[in-house]
Amino acid sequence: MGTHKKFSKLAVSMVVAISGFATVASTVATSAEKKSRADWKKEYVRPSEIPFPKENPYTAAKADLGRTLFFDPRLSGANYISCGTCHNPSFAWGDGLAKGIGHAMTKLGRRTPTILNLAFGEDLMWDGRFETLEQQALGPMSAPVEMNQNMKAIVAELQQIPEYRTLFNISFPGKGITVDNIAKAIATFERTVVSGVAPFDRWVAGDEHAVSESAKRGFDLFNNKANCVACHSGWNFTDSSFHDIGMPDKDIGRGKVVPGVVVMQHAFKVPTLRNAVERAPYMHDGSLKNLYSVVEHYDNGFVTRPSKSEEIFALKLNAAEKTDLVEFMKTLSSKDAPMALPRLPAYDQTVAGSLNVSPAAGPSTGSTAMRTPKGACNSFLMHYIPCSK
Amino acid sequence: MKSKILASAVATLFVVAGATPVSAEVVITQKAKKFDKKKISIKKGESVKFVNADSIAHNIHSRSSNGKFDLGVSKPGTSTSKVFDKAGKFKVRCAIHPKMKITVKVN
Repeated sequence: MGTHKKFSKLAVSMVVAISGFATVASTVATSAEKKSRADWKKEYVRPSEIPFPKENPYTAAKADLGRTLFFDPRLSGANYISCGTCHNPSFAWGDGLAKGIGHAMTKLGRRTPTILNLAFGEDLMWDGRFETLEQQALGPMSAPVEMNQNMKAIVAELQQIPEYRTLFNISFPGKGITVDNIAKAIATFERTVVSGVAPFDRWVAGDEHAVSESAKRGFDLFNNKANCVACHSGWNFTDSSFHDIGMPDKDIGRGKVVPGVVVMQHAFKVPTLRNAVERAPYMHDGSLKNLYSVVEHYDNGFVTRPSKSEEIFALKLNAAEKTDLVEFMKTLSSKDAPMALPRLPAYDQTVAGSLNVSPAAGPSTGSTAMRTPKGACNSFLMHYIPCSK
Repeated sequence: MKSKILASAVATLFVVAGATPVSAEVVITQKAKKFDKKKISIKKGESVKFVNADSIAHNIHSRSSNGKFDLGVSKPGTSTSKVFDKAGKFKVRCAIHPKMKITVKVN
């Protein structure tokens, strides 16, 4: 999403109703500033709107279509992997694995990142190689080791499904099914995937009993001694930046995208901490099994090399402080209600032999299509957007 | 050094003694993970000086189709200049902090 683009704004009525929060302050504080706990809390107020780019504004029909596409395994070359296979809402939109699994059970090089709160992000993927969600949506779909989809074939395949023709014509009048419109629909849906109100948010809003005293101390550490705020800042607990945090693997991450910048070697996207407790294991390589091991890494477990971020240094935390930090991070979990999955459009039943399904190139995993009652409205999205059905 | 850094963008004129041409250099400051301007307009051949007034490292680069460049790491308290010798619109960003963006329109 470029600087020149202006965003249309979608009111998030449910969030506003619950919190009455104002738009988050964009001021970024540095760790050097000494502020009170009350002042720090102001930095983490939830936004009241989801930003959508003017090139792809929100419509309910488009978001619903995107949700259907997101969970449709027919978007993969072998028809058994959907976006939701790896970005599983039951795992806070991750997969619970150390490293992702792609087409033909290919073990991928990095952990599957969550899609939570990507509407507020910049430069997607661990290495930031895609500037927009629209670009990102097509990346894994067409990658041979991920969904292995031929992007010309997918348009022809979806054309054979009558309901998709209808849904695309509603969302994109006069344009119908195109690769760009597949990307726009999925990106629109993804922008609606926003973590709900967590105990931390209730504490920020004034409920002193919403989190424990240990978590409050952890918040103080987060913003001061532990210096987490240097990158995990703002309501989404990320500034969308890239850093080498000293993970001892050989993956150079963003170094491939930005080869001329020393500090981008071994650098990876700073992930949101929202609902992180539900997304173990951690880091780009999935090598840290829980939040305690994450704290240990930052305390003094990192490797030192020329690219290491200067914001990573030995913290010298004691055991109680480490516990406080973990207790704080637990308060960021919104424990969103389970979402209803879409009913997937059926193939054309009116013309015998009209279906030309891509041959399955990988091992059969049986039926992975997840089905829900027809017309079910997504209970998760209802937290944020009035259901369109 | 840091104390001398201007907090907002200013156009500074450098007049070469004895010469009639006047070259302009626009100063853009990086502070609190932001550029202090979202867009600027300059003339072809003019220079932009990017001043890192933050306490952390930044970067200046552009992937614009009409001219890619990467000025590497800008350490705190330092500055880097870039001469724009092609007309067009350049999206300039920080590779470390991609929310930092500025559009340089070169006329």
